[in-house]
Amino acid sequence: MTWIGWAQIALVLACVVAAAIPLGRYIAVLAAGRITVLAPLERLFYTAAGIDPAKGQGWRAYTLAMLAANAAGFVLLYALLRLQGGLPFNPQGFGDLSPWLAFNTAASFVTNTNWQAYGGEVAMSNFSQMAGLTVQNFLSAASGIALALAVSRAFAKGGVQDLGNFWADLVRVTLYLLVPLSILVGLAFVAMGMPQTLSAFAEATTIEGATQMLPLGPAALQVAIKHLGTNGGGFFGANSAHPFEGPTALATGLQIWAHQVIPFALALTFGAIIGDIRQGRALLLVMLGYVLMATLAIYASEAGGNPLHLALGIDAAQGNMEGKEVRFGQALVALFSATTTGASCGAVNAMLESFTPLGGMVPLFLIQLGEVLPGGVGSGLYGMLVFVLLTVFIAGLMVGRTPEYLGKKVQAREIKLAMLAVLVLPVAILGFTAVALVLPAAIASIQAAGPHGLSEMLYAFSSAAGNNGSAFGGLTADTPWLNTTLGIAMMLGRFAYVVPVMAIAGSLAAKPRALASPGTFPTHGLLFAGLLAGVILILGGLQFMPALALGPLAEHFSLLAGKTF
Amino acid sequence: MDIMMPPGAATRRLRAAAFTDRTLLARASLDAVRKLNPARLVRNPVIFVTEVVAILATLLAALAAGRGEAWSFQAGIAAWLWLTVLFATFAEALAEGRGRAQAESLRQARGDARAKLLARPDDRALWQPRGATELKPGDLVLVEAGDIIPSDGEIVEGIASVNEAAVTGESAPVIREAGGDRSAVTGGTLVVSDWLVVRITAAPGSTFLDRMITLVEGAARQKTPNEIALDILLAGMTIIFLITVASLVGLASWNGTPPSVPVLAALLVTLIPTTIGGLLSAIGIAGMDRLVRFNVLATSGRAVEAAGDVDVLLLDKTGTITFGNRQAAAFVPAPGVTERELVEAAVLASLGDETPEGRSVLVLARERYRMAAPAVPAGARVVPFTAQTRLSGLDLPGGQYRKGAVDSLARSLDATVPPALAEAVDRIARQGATPLAVSKDGRVLGAIELKDIVKPGIRDRFAELRRMGIRSVMVTGDNRLTAAAIAAEAGVDDFLVEATPEQKLGYIRTAQTEGRLVAMAGDGTNDAPALAQADVGLAMQTGTQAAREAGNMVDLDSDPTKLIEVVEIGKQLLITRGALTTFSVANDVAKYFAILPAIFVASYPELGTLNVMRLTSPESAILSAVIFNALIIVALVPLALRGVRYAPAGAAALLRRNLLIYGLGGVVAPFIGIKFIDLLLNLFGMA
Repeated sequence: MTWIGWAQIALVLACVVAAAIPLGRYIAVLAAGRITVLAPLERLFYTAAGIDPAKGQGWRAYTLAMLAANAAGFVLLYALLRLQGGLPFNPQGFGDLSPWLAFNTAASFVTNTNWQAYGGEVAMSNFSQMAGLTVQNFLSAASGIALALAVSRAFAKGGVQDLGNFWADLVRVTLYLLVPLSILVGLAFVAMGMPQTLSAFAEATTIEGATQMLPLGPAALQVAIKHLGTNGGGFFGANSAHPFEGPTALATGLQIWAHQVIPFALALTFGAIIGDIRQGRALLLVMLGYVLMATLAIYASEAGGNPLHLALGIDAAQGNMEGKEVRFGQALVALFSATTTGASCGAVNAMLESFTPLGGMVPLFLIQLGEVLPGGVGSGLYGMLVFVLLTVFIAGLMVGRTPEYLGKKVQAREIKLAMLAVLVLPVAILGFTAVALVLPAAIASIQAAGPHGLSEMLYAFSSAAGNNGSAFGGLTADTPWLNTTLGIAMMLGRFAYVVPVMAIAGSLAAKPRALASPGTFPTHGLLFAGLLAGVILILGGLQFMPALALGPLAEHFSLLAGKTF
Repeated sequence: MDIMMPPGAATRRLRAAAFTDRTLLARASLDAVRKLNPARLVRNPVIFVTEVVAILATLLAALAAGRGEAWSFQAGIAAWLWLTVLFATFAEALAEGRGRAQAESLRQARGDARAKLLARPDDRALWQPRGATELKPGDLVLVEAGDIIPSDGEIVEGIASVNEAAVTGESAPVIREAGGDRSAVTGGTLVVSDWLVVRITAAPGSTFLDRMITLVEGAARQKTPNEIALDILLAGMTIIFLITVASLVGLASWNGTPPSVPVLAALLVTLIPTTIGGLLSAIGIAGMDRLVRFNVLATSGRAVEAAGDVDVLLLDKTGTITFGNRQAAAFVPAPGVTERELVEAAVLASLGDETPEGRSVLVLARERYRMAAPAVPAGARVVPFTAQTRLSGLDLPGGQYRKGAVDSLARSLDATVPPALAEAVDRIARQGATPLAVSKDGRVLGAIELKDIVKPGIRDRFAELRRMGIRSVMVTGDNRLTAAAIAAEAGVDDFLVEATPEQKLGYIRTAQTEGRLVAMAGDGTNDAPALAQADVGLAMQTGTQAAREAGNMVDLDSDPTKLIEVVEIGKQLLITRGALTTFSVANDVAKYFAILPAIFVASYPELGTLNVMRLTSPESAILSAVIFNALIIVALVPLALRGVRYAPAGAAALLRRNLLIYGLGGVVAPFIGIKFIDLLLNLFGMA
């Protein structure tokens, strides 16, 4: 670890927080419908779809609208991928996707997971990328943010049904947040050397005289929304490690900024919507604390290097450089990996499988903790609020009152729904992984022997259920079994989670909002932030400990003992 | 005077049964076994799962023994799993047993009273004998000296002194009479003198005493809302850990052999929150029991929980905040008059005043000025106090002394009050006190300040409430001026003046729409609507039947100040639940460190590094964790029954303290406990 490395980490995170503060307030203003620059365009959408944006929806209507929009998106994307060969803008002449892969990919992009069982430059036409994947990059991100806004509104007032209008939220978030930010960030990427073209691949002659195909395409803008929307699906198969997708250290820094800024900002948006910014700040603090701890853990583990390599006389100052780009260095790789998995983004700028066992365990654990640190755009906030309710319920009793959060009593109905939501991850991750590890068809996909092989499978289902989308590597994911089960895991992780959360929002919105007094459980201070962090670890993490012990931990201690598999 | 001590505390009949009471323990042990019936245990998901797992482990141990394999380790796990279940049912049985002992003595009080059923209310001579249980609401009964009142009712006619020790534990008889706020009688109490005609108001089996018996027995106990929510959380956590443990079968088969079923059973039971799951109902029963021993009966556990949530406390001024009678507090001499002169004149003028206010003048003179009241000298003429003249006095040969309301005195003497004194009189009135003037031979010597004395110590209690985040509101019939002064002296946060029943009701409704929970105490019939509207309505046992039915708690000591303690008991109940939940959940960390290395060490010997407690062997590690998990339930039974220590403080301070003790303690304690058990097991060669 170096001071330069820490300075890079500090600089990027400082930029994230500095931008999140005004952006959080801006999103709250946007959510209130007070930004009207593109009002005529907005009206056009509403009139075309026959929607009254001022008409509020209860939690059921809001959720149904979201499910309908996502179902339509899923069907369209699936059809588009299946018919790719006959559609335009296909200069490389890629064929149709298999039904399994098309299902997996459609599920993946609709759920904001962006798990890719294909390589972009060898399977996706420009049309599929732009009209299919990029559209979903915007829609799934906007859906997540809209849901978070609806959940936030539930805490703002007492005795209401109305959580806002899904269609209006979707349009406003897209028009006033995602599109303008993507254009700005996309242009910056172009300036940093990322391609943005509709032409076919270029043929180049290398110094040695060999010919090489250079894959090109409309990359820069898609990469911008890939990060801003915490999607993570790479334009190229190697994702942000690819020289065209992550050309420089500065570009990788900007990518980290882009996939952190909205999730962090939304914590403050929550504070602004409920009228108490301190509450949002406490959530942001927990998120930031975890990001820092995770970065430290990865950085320390990777910079420390692999003891078996070091024993062979490899320069210890470099640390473990396998699978990492020298143009980024250990610090930015550690920060990128911690933030992309903490934020449910899933873009990678290094090969996670090549990390040391502990360095690789951190991203895995961050995903398993529920993708709330800071989590995906929107989904991070509402996931965090589920943990907040559980924290308030468990520890809130200790101040001698019926637990309440922001004046809303947390009772049996909320706890039942919160537990339903919390159950989704263990079922989807541990259940599917356990089945896959005894099923010959699935075992065949595993590359590594020993605990590392278990990590590959565990990571795949964690990534899918957590809607992260990053790959550990090694696993041959494009098989009918894995395409299907991973697709189901993604759907569960997104929709089986958010429906109970929206039901909680509906239930809380209807409750009166009690005034705070010195006797109410304080939820804005450091004490609460620490408590929340502890509950996330215990309720979100403990159930994965045995699995982690059999994967990365077993590998780590074996490595220390000089044992390989 | 210590106002925290409720009256009648010395004669308290409902006493706490000691933890070590032998018969109680024996009975509870028996009940604990009876409660193992899975059909009953299913109400408690965590312990139910534990029992199912225990059955499974027992079967497997028996099968292993049948096949001639090593079975002692499996049998050890099975035995401790059974003990885990037993300890949980024992905790509940013990909590119930303490209530049952109280119910027994109440049943004796109910006995089988005979009633004298009247045909007509105006003819007391004509009555027929009836069994108490045959009485219907509306029946009229005659109760004479020596009779036990057969059922709850309202006095129609008569006045009598009644010994209510059977219900309140207070043996001094109280007066009950028709009309007014003292007209309710309780079945099971004894008429000591005179007679009453009572209209029965309770149906058989639903009298106050019946309700009390059901309550303390916990027979009709229903889970409170908060308990239900906690149950759901615990059930959810149990399912999560079921998935975790079940998935190990697949996960561990990847590179080795999966752990055996008994070992997985051990892992499951140590991970699921058995500690709080086992103690949850005991905590609830004990909380109710604490209230009963405090001589307060709640109609439901829900009311006790609500008490913990209260934000606003409505307290009557008279009798609760103040002693309720005005007393002399100071002498203010007019210019040119010495204090001694004034006090002397005041004492003489008050000799003819038998009212408490008049007596208080003599008391003040004696205590502060060491001036004992002389006997009325011979030849003197006493002018007694009357409500018409509002004056009292004494005519001596040496002078005419008068004392009375300032305007009455001035009018009767046809004298003027000196301007300087008039100012003092105004000041006294402004502070909410009552000024009296004193004169000698037609000359006004000065004033006496009469004040409603605020109970000592009450100011601190209100400060305490404020720290707990509870607003205290004083309700009084006084005018704003008087109320403001007393409110300031007592330190209440707000006051409601010239309060009518409608105003009280309105105040409560407004507070509730603002999202506050309101508690109030009351006894009169006109308090009933407000008592019913309040989230916690504490009715006085001496109050009317209407008030007692409107409230959701009845104070047998009829001490409205106890509302404060009721709130504390409610909070203590919730805190105990929260603290033990936190403790239980925090325990899991150490259990992982004990069990995970033990179950995986066969596949990955290197994972032995995680055995930070250096437990002797995998078997002893697993067994130690299971034993700790079972014993911790027993160890915490006294805490669950007694409740965690509660000192009034703000939420932040309470949280910090409890988090440190039960959160951090919950992480650390099992490391020590498991290690200790492991050492013992090996010392005795049991593993």
